Amino acid sequence: MRPGKLLLIGAHRGAILVYVVFALFPLFWLLKVSVTPNDLLYSEGVRMWPSRTTFEHFNFVIAHSAFPTFFKNSLIVSGATAVVVTILASLSGYALSRFSFRAKYWIVALMLITQMFPLVMLVAPIFKMLSPLGLTNSLTGLVIVYSAFNVPFATFLMQSFFDGIPKDLEEAAMIDGATQFVAFRQIILPLTLPGIAATLGFVFTAAWSELLFALMLISGNDAATFPVGLLTFVSKFSVDFGQMMAAGVLALIPACLFFLLIQRYLVQGLTAGAVKG
Amino acid sequence: MMHQPIQKHRPPLRKRLADASEPYLYSAPALILIAAVMLVPLVVGISYAFRDIQLLNPFSGGFVGLDHFRALGQDQAFFGALRNTLWWTGASVFFQFTFGLILALLLDKPFYGRGLVQALVFLPWAVPSFLAGLNWAWLFNPVIGPLPHWFVALGLMDEPHNILSDPHLAMWGPIVANVWWGIPFFAITLLAALQAIPRDLYEAASIDGAGPVQRFLSITLPFLAPTIAITVLLRTVWISNFADLIVVMTNGGPADRTQIVASYIFTQAFRRLDFGYASAIALVLLALLLVYSMLIVLLRQTMLNKG
Amino acid sequence: MASIDIESVRKSYGPFPVLHGVDLTIRDGEFIVLVGPSGCGKSTLLRMIAGLEEVTSGDIRISGNRVNDLAPKDRDIAMVFQSYALYPHMSVADNMSYSLRLRKTAKEKIASAVGGAAAKLGLEPLLERRPKALSGGQRQRVAMGRAIVRKPKAFLFDEPLSNLDARLREQMRAEIKKLHADLKATSIYVTHDQIEAMTLADRIVAMHGGVVQQVGSPLELYDTPANLFVAGFIGSPGMNFLEGRYVVPGEGKGAGIRLSDGTVVPVASRTGIGPDATVTLGIRPEHVVISDTGMLEASVDLVEPTGFGIILHLSLHGLPFKIFTLDREALSAGPTVRVDFPQKYLHVFDDKGDRVG
Ligand SMILES: Nc1ncnc2c1ncn2[C@@H]1O[C@H](COP(=O)(O)OP(=O)(O)O)[C@@H](O)[C@H]1O
Ligand SMILES: [Mg+2]
Repeated sequence: MRPGKLLLIGAHRGAILVYVVFALFPLFWLLKVSVTPNDLLYSEGVRMWPSRTTFEHFNFVIAHSAFPTFFKNSLIVSGATAVVVTILASLSGYALSRFSFRAKYWIVALMLITQMFPLVMLVAPIFKMLSPLGLTNSLTGLVIVYSAFNVPFATFLMQSFFDGIPKDLEEAAMIDGATQFVAFRQIILPLTLPGIAATLGFVFTAAWSELLFALMLISGNDAATFPVGLLTFVSKFSVDFGQMMAAGVLALIPACLFFLLIQRYLVQGLTAGAVKG
Repeated sequence: MMHQPIQKHRPPLRKRLADASEPYLYSAPALILIAAVMLVPLVVGISYAFRDIQLLNPFSGGFVGLDHFRALGQDQAFFGALRNTLWWTGASVFFQFTFGLILALLLDKPFYGRGLVQALVFLPWAVPSFLAGLNWAWLFNPVIGPLPHWFVALGLMDEPHNILSDPHLAMWGPIVANVWWGIPFFAITLLAALQAIPRDLYEAASIDGAGPVQRFLSITLPFLAPTIAITVLLRTVWISNFADLIVVMTNGGPADRTQIVASYIFTQAFRRLDFGYASAIALVLLALLLVYSMLIVLLRQTMLNKG
Repeated sequence: MASIDIESVRKSYGPFPVLHGVDLTIRDGEFIVLVGPSGCGKSTLLRMIAGLEEVTSGDIRISGNRVNDLAPKDRDIAMVFQSYALYPHMSVADNMSYSLRLRKTAKEKIASAVGGAAAKLGLEPLLERRPKALSGGQRQRVAMGRAIVRKPKAFLFDEPLSNLDARLREQMRAEIKKLHADLKATSIYVTHDQIEAMTLADRIVAMHGGVVQQVGSPLELYDTPANLFVAGFIGSPGMNFLEGRYVVPGEGKGAGIRLSDGTVVPVASRTGIGPDATVTLGIRPEHVVISDTGMLEASVDLVEPTGFGIILHLSLHGLPFKIFTLDREALSAGPTVRVDFPQKYLHVFDDKGDRVG
């Protein structure tokens, strides 16, 4: 190999290394502090790894705080939102992908608009609308709100996956004796599994992260999701860093797991969309 | 050919109805949800902007016309937030895009372990935004974070202190967190667009004698341009509405130096429970974003017409 | 088995007409090939028969029953797609049995039907594979197998061989022909390849611009094309055309066609055209005779040996003209050759392009 080429490869790998370090360092630090015993936290300041590690922070967070409740709430809210949104978006994405109908243009426009306006604008009205229905301070209320927020993008995502499946296949199924709905269920949906996984993961992550509406709609600990719980925790015990970061690490786990599962499909789905134009 | 008059026969009404309504049946659940939870509140929210809505005040609710907007015209905090929004959005989008593009280009070359590297560098995108905010707030904290100590070591600071409490530097905290968190979005989108460029174009160009820089300018950029235009537009709007990091990291402080319009709206609604005023600010923000989007679309149109 | 009647069927996409009124009767057990250049509406017609496209006006009947408003699944027809449209997530066996399973056929019956079809097509060793693990030819067979397992009233084929290489195509062509001889099922086969049309069809339907140009047996279309389009489309290399004027018989001379240089090519006398009418003279390349005493001289532009025979590309009165011959001597043709047109092979078309006489 020519030295110039070698240099180029070196620069390429070096640059990638910088990105990997930049991406992972904050998470690494989170982990590091969460396993550092309290007495070493200040004395060992910027050391890369403590001389002694401990799980006491995790123990405390899991056993003696409301975090298991927050965790459970977040899991319920995010899981339910992901399932609801994926079902709705599969249906509407299928309609956009497979039919040409008069209102299609307007539906697409409507969904695009919902992606553009500031959601903070909805905080007050949604609060006012949900409270007489008893849906403030309730997980159901959060699921409804999050589902609505995520349906438009998920619809576009699912549409791009459906577009990648040749129309021939369901026509063949219809000639084989299926109705359009049976063709959708037995032929198209199984082929869209990667897309469904990506959508589930995407929506789960989005719902898991949502903060502002959770802060606004939830007040007690019972229905608090992880973001709300963590933030209250931060403002209450703002010095117990080890515990906070242990909680942070716990909050990170489901989102990261989901992400690692779906990230392959995500680029694939976007590529399909890009090829399409 | 004989030309007979075309007599359109019509299928039975029931079948026609069933056929015509099918796409609507598929999209109805999504549309109903969006209408109920986004459109109705949007309209209600717009009406709030002209009413006096204070959650804790049972006597509020009256129509106040343009009072909120007049108050807004005098509100120095609002204008400060507007300036901060520009700064926050501009810097975040610029760095996210630049580093995202570089990352996408780096990942577009095949190399051993690319799948793993891709998963790792995209990981920040999966980190919940509030956690990203907290995480960076802690990194900037001299008590437990390494960053201030490194700044001192590099001679950028005299003694380790938290930039988040420094009025002149505080905005950089959320911006850095936002860049860290948002690079993957641009990288994923641009990488997808890059991978959709037919490889033989590059081969044809090399055979025609184009060097790497020329190939980038004459093939890569034109192919990416539509994706870049649309993602930058959408992202700009999205980031100017994105208050999570600021709410978590600085809560608008110190001295409102990091307050952006979105977080200001949230403060008005959440802390002061003044929904009417919050809605009025939101309406102004919406109008500004609409104007911005229109301008971009118009600009694109004129450029396309020229090209 | 069934007959299929197509009665003044029209199709428009919005304001754009694609089919301008097609009438066609397909007899029980017949193999019909729809042929025509790409975009002429063949697939559209086929898909309307399948029920995949709405009929704009007119009627389609299968076994005498009007099916315009029937869903594809209720028409009892099978279709082989150009892309094969195999279900990627099902094994070959499952692909083939899908239609029977949808109809809730008994398990034993399904097994025997799939087994029978697989045996006919040589698919037995592949039954457990997914379509992804098959070659193009094998996929094609599975698509055929999927169509034949359920003994439908009719088979529809939309360019089923166009994704195969030349040799496989030839082989599958023969197999389709054998299958049809075996099953005797009514079949409608769409192709743009006139060789497939010639070799497979009981009757060919030649289409152009959404209009049926001619319906007839392959040799009818070859020997007596109804118009310039069919004459030019069927046959390869294609028919040669020369412009001229009709010379009526008289004074001891027969009828003829005067070409631009004044040469009169003798033709059998025709009725229905007046003296001096503008006509087009057609002759197939293989019917042109090279002879030293030929009445026309043409310059040789290119000699193209195909192995089987030789194609001479000529210029006649400045226009391209082709000869196909099996005679190897043509390889050493000089810069010019003289040619003759045997009368019985000449086709005459009037100024509207329709065949005369
Ligand atoms: N869904 C459609 N919308 C509009 N025009 C169409 C559609 N499908 C086919 N066409 C047009 O109809 C004509 C006939 O198409 P087709 O039947 O597919 O031709 P082919 O003979 O090649 O099979 C073409 O000009 C095509 O552009
Ligand atoms: Mg076709």
